[in-house]
Amino acid sequence: MAEVVMPQMGESVAEGTIVRWIKKVGDRVDRDEPLFEISTDKVDAEIPSPWAGVLVEIRAKEGETVPVDTVVAVIGEAGTAVAAPAAAAAKTEPAPAPVAPARPVPPIAPVAPAPTAPAPPAAAPAPGAAAAAVAEGPAEGRRQKSSPLVRKIAKEHGVDLSRVPGSGLGGRVTKDDILGFLNKGGKPAAPAAAPQPAAAPQPPAHVPAFKPGDNVDVVPMSVMRRKIAEHMVLSRRTSAHVHSVFEVDYTRVAKIRQARKADYDRQGVKLTYMSFLMKAAVDALKAVPIVNTSIDGDNIVYKKDINLGIAVALDWGLIVPVIKHAEEKSVLGLSRAIQDLAARARAKQLKPDEVQGGTFTITNPGVFGAQFGMPIISQPQVAILGVGTIEKRVAVLEDDAIGIRTKGYLSIGYDHRLIDGAVADEFMSHLKKTIENFEPDAV
Amino acid sequence: MPFNRKLVVRRLGVVGYAEGLELQKTLVAQRAAGDVDDTLLLLQHPHVLTLGVKAGESRSHVLASPDRLAELGVEVHETGRGGDVTYHGPGQIVGYPILDLKPDRCDVHQYVRDLEEVMIRVTAEYGFKAGRIQGLTGAWVAAEKIGAIGVRIQRWITSHGFAFNVTTDLDFFRLIVPCGISDRGVTSLGKLTGRDIPTREVEDHFVRHFCAVFDRSA
Repeated sequence: MAEVVMPQMGESVAEGTIVRWIKKVGDRVDRDEPLFEISTDKVDAEIPSPWAGVLVEIRAKEGETVPVDTVVAVIGEAGTAVAAPAAAAAKTEPAPAPVAPARPVPPIAPVAPAPTAPAPPAAAPAPGAAAAAVAEGPAEGRRQKSSPLVRKIAKEHGVDLSRVPGSGLGGRVTKDDILGFLNKGGKPAAPAAAPQPAAAPQPPAHVPAFKPGDNVDVVPMSVMRRKIAEHMVLSRRTSAHVHSVFEVDYTRVAKIRQARKADYDRQGVKLTYMSFLMKAAVDALKAVPIVNTSIDGDNIVYKKDINLGIAVALDWGLIVPVIKHAEEKSVLGLSRAIQDLAARARAKQLKPDEVQGGTFTITNPGVFGAQFGMPIISQPQVAILGVGTIEKRVAVLEDDAIGIRTKGYLSIGYDHRLIDGAVADEFMSHLKKTIENFEPDAV
Repeated sequence: MPFNRKLVVRRLGVVGYAEGLELQKTLVAQRAAGDVDDTLLLLQHPHVLTLGVKAGESRSHVLASPDRLAELGVEVHETGRGGDVTYHGPGQIVGYPILDLKPDRCDVHQYVRDLEEVMIRVTAEYGFKAGRIQGLTGAWVAAEKIGAIGVRIQRWITSHGFAFNVTTDLDFFRLIVPCGISDRGVTSLGKLTGRDIPTREVEDHFVRHFCAVFDRSA
């Protein structure tokens, strides 16, 4: 069984519309033989089959628009059973499940596919259940009307299925029935009986968000929305998020900013608090390089470049353009870079490689007034800095007098798999110290 | 020394639409087999309305009745290309690049942007600034379309291509909603400049700019 996915027809191509299936389910197809046609932005392309075999299942209908890399069809070896229409019901929605749910003959031991990659629980139907849904043979009498898995178990143990009491629909023999029968029959327990995932296969059912007739509007998510959704859940599942918050005194930075703003304006660049924060973050990343890493299996990958992702809010979502080689840039250079990237992000003119390859991210919930945020890490990075709103606050000064200082909170979300609290705080202290003692000459 | 690929340019004059399709089909097969070099066909069609792959949808964008079309001598053809309904006719340069985009240009968006770029540069030769409009493929002078695009790709070999109005009788576009976009008009070099520009001369510009944008030598 091999899956056919919506191909990436170009760097900026996020989705494609299936215009026509050239092959039908059940058709033989050779490798490289045209399989379907897609359309994307005034271009229609004929997509050749990546595999030879039989088209077993079509998962994206003509007219359907799906994101790149979505499975649109399954090709089986010649002679494999074709998925019955019932398979459509077993179809898992967006996340490509690690196991093709339409596998007609699953291995005897229904051990869940060892989830090396954590799979969303809902995406992995119990193999037995999926198999049962897939290939119902023609009615051969009630008792025989069982899944291929059950029939296979019966065959291997030489059991006549008509002797097995069935508890399923219409007296159908389920996997539990046959396994129970074998156990009672004094035969050695089938290996399949040991790991018993069938007891808890009910995937957390899709909880309907509305009923037909409810007073709602149903709007499909944009590709960007779906990608953000997937990435956020993936990140939460991947990293052991911990957050920590520091209060930072920006009074000195505010003064430098006032003094230099006009200079920057003349060069067409806005000098903002973010300008200082980017510079301070780069310094802190150099001082505490573990924050500028990724986890790869059991290895830590230290990134020699500092590529700073800066989250930019858009009317239609969120994008994180990346300033490459931030470690080589001055405050002016960083300010110019983010101004340019943000402007092009809003004009939808970013090139794909300008949103990739980030090694650390800064997000700025403070622009909307938040005191601080608890941001989610952008994978495969290990930390993210959240900038809270910057405002004048009453402060206790060094001589115990009460004064007015420009202050704000900085929060960090970090992956505790790799970064311990003390290390995160060392990073944040460095950042705080840099901001509070900012060198005016550096601006 | 340029290491760019060779481009065969064939200027075919006026070619019937069906004949053009047939020629492209042959060339795509030959290009796939490596029997021919990358080729740019430059030609004009007699009056014809062509429908994209979504023929059903594009048919509703044909505004004139079949009788009226017959009376005007306008054929209607279904094609394999992307895009909606398009008008071709005398005075319009049609370019059908049969290119193998492998190995370095496998990006359909880039390809379309490159075709737009060629048309933008040709328009600039006549002192007019054409541009792109987000989400509306083609070359636009202000809110009017001067060049349309519809492309088909089979194993990264291109066919169909672009249509650029030089001295096209723009009234014929009233028979359709061009590319399904109803609130924008069409224009031509002739309309912009108020001159009768020889298509031959515009073709020369096309060859030059096409080679520059696609890094080919004719």
